[in-house]
Amino acid sequence: MGFQQKVLSNKNQITLISGILIVIGFIAHFGFSNAAVFNTTFIIASILGVAPIAIQAYQALKVKVISIDVLVTIAVIGAFLIQNYEESAIVTFLFLFGSWLEARTLNSTRSAIKELTEMAPEVAFKQMENGEFEEVDIWDVDEGDILQVRTGGKVPVDGTVVIGEGHINEASITGEADPVRKETDSEVFAGTILENGTIQIRADRVGEDTTFGKIIELVEEAQDSKSAAERFIDKFSQWYTPVVLVGAFLTWVFTQNVELAITILVLGCPGALVIGVPVSNVAGIGNGAKNGILFKGSETFQDLAKVDSILFDKTGTLTVGNPEVAESKTYGDADLALSYLASVEGESDHPLAKAVLSELGDIELYPVDNTDVVKGGGIVAEVNGSRVAVGNVALMEQEKVKLNAKARKDFETYEKRGNSLVITAVDGELKALMGIRDQIRPGIKEDLQAMKNLGVKNLVVLSGDNQGTVDLVAKELGLTNAIGNLLPEDKAAYLKELQAEGEIVAFVGDGVNDSPSLAMADIGVAMGSGTDVAIETSDLVLMNSDMSRLQYAIGLAKSTVSNMRQNIIIAIGVVLVLLSAVFFSEWMNMSIGMLVHEASILVVIVNGMRLLRYNLKGSKDFNEKEASVVTEA
Amino acid sequence: MQKANIQLETLTCPSCLQKIENGVGNLNGVDKDSLKVMFNASRVKVNFDDTVSIEDIEKAIQDLGYGVKRSRVKTA
Repeated sequence: MGFQQKVLSNKNQITLISGILIVIGFIAHFGFSNAAVFNTTFIIASILGVAPIAIQAYQALKVKVISIDVLVTIAVIGAFLIQNYEESAIVTFLFLFGSWLEARTLNSTRSAIKELTEMAPEVAFKQMENGEFEEVDIWDVDEGDILQVRTGGKVPVDGTVVIGEGHINEASITGEADPVRKETDSEVFAGTILENGTIQIRADRVGEDTTFGKIIELVEEAQDSKSAAERFIDKFSQWYTPVVLVGAFLTWVFTQNVELAITILVLGCPGALVIGVPVSNVAGIGNGAKNGILFKGSETFQDLAKVDSILFDKTGTLTVGNPEVAESKTYGDADLALSYLASVEGESDHPLAKAVLSELGDIELYPVDNTDVVKGGGIVAEVNGSRVAVGNVALMEQEKVKLNAKARKDFETYEKRGNSLVITAVDGELKALMGIRDQIRPGIKEDLQAMKNLGVKNLVVLSGDNQGTVDLVAKELGLTNAIGNLLPEDKAAYLKELQAEGEIVAFVGDGVNDSPSLAMADIGVAMGSGTDVAIETSDLVLMNSDMSRLQYAIGLAKSTVSNMRQNIIIAIGVVLVLLSAVFFSEWMNMSIGMLVHEASILVVIVNGMRLLRYNLKGSKDFNEKEASVVTEA
Repeated sequence: MQKANIQLETLTCPSCLQKIENGVGNLNGVDKDSLKVMFNASRVKVNFDDTVSIEDIEKAIQDLGYGVKRSRVKTA
């Protein structure tokens, strides 16, 4: 370690010693009027204190950066030359002490995200060449390595089980608290915990490539992502510091007043301005991460705080996502038709088919031939020599099924009650009608109302379901608009229309079939268990598919944006007040300037930290809801 | 082309960023557009070719006065 590194790494001790020297100096001065001790202590404190600052300044200049260190170093040297040792000592001490405090408080603003990153696995038991398992650093694990995971241990990578079985808690990835059983060939994920058993796994993806790694990377990049305003401030401060330097120099040339020139150098430091916005950003993102909300960047805060319309893809977001047959009806002798229906639905993995099968239960099945899936209609197949059509009204019309007025009336009533229709026809004759409905998620009505209270103007549901189902959900939940019978591309088109009208639009989807809309929306919100698609195409991920998080996210975004604004105002205000004080007051000097500066930096950091404690007003039922989720699990 | 992910000691001042950006960015063989210095994560991500080694990059950062905790290099 060179001399420079040695000085820098002992910055804290230097700060402490120079602080003690200053105190001794003051005691000597005021207590004993001892000028010799006073001067000596302050000279030593100045030289000691300026050393690390000057080294940093020198390193900055080497890479052509005029940093705050440069301004302070010149100011301190100037003060020293005009033999104002008191100022030079106090300014260096305040600057060093200030940076120490900044580092301490900054760590707290980053703590929320740190908690998340610390959940990442750090070690793994890797099979060495001799076949034994040895503990190694996670950075030494490569794809293809065989790793052992013991009971209570963390799965270190995304991989596949090769030997053994056990139960894994995947809550860190999926939010699901129930352990999942794993055996040979099961996939396991980094960051999940093996609750019992011992398994050996083959590493398929390591480090940043794992699902958990991607989540962490996302959050880490988010906390350092910069909005347009921030990039402007960066550019600004890059020019601002040299301008202050030139200004101070000109002041000296014209007034020959060294004291005034170096005071301007210190007062012009842009500290709070540069740090104010990143601090709000990191605290906001940290709060979100702790509450299962991943913001992809500070731009997301800006957009979400101003959101006008939220579009929901109905399936799985507003409803429980577990459709059931709510009512049914048969026409004529339908026993055989129901058997045919079950046989045909057995071929499909459509959610409606599952609902139908669980309703029909044990029933005689027949072999099915020539199955033909009609997109947006249903299924047509041959069973036992008959042509069987299972699907919606459009399919029946296409199949030229005779539909009398009474049947049409039935369809209408069913749709009005919010059912999706599954109609069965055998050889062109209507046989059965089933109405399938999904339950609305508990608590969602209150969540939507809270979003309206937060200033969201339009809540719209866009769905592939029939208009009747969609209308019913809309009415029950108090949505502003509801459109059914939409294909994914129709949803994207609707979204584009709103954006053309100048609205800021959020789209909430499950992230798989709605990726175009998620990507196109100002804020794509993925309700998800952290699947890759959801993470990559969206701007905001609600980890536990919990809608109450969305209103929390909107509130948090609003608070974060206003927090950033407060910090910018504080920072600019302080510089303006200080600079005008130099010219219009008697009391302003370097030490006071430095004190106010450091204080303003701490004020913006502490202000940012308030975001870590942000909680929605009415957070009581938020917590209650959370508690009920836990008990259910 | 190789991809480096370097974990630094905690960064505390945003002006550190600019120093590291210039210090690492001006090395020969470093892909300047890929350089990302992350303040809150205290991490540097950068792509580089054969004319420069990971040790050179680490040294450039250390010479500026910032500790390097560990780094990971992958072929991109």
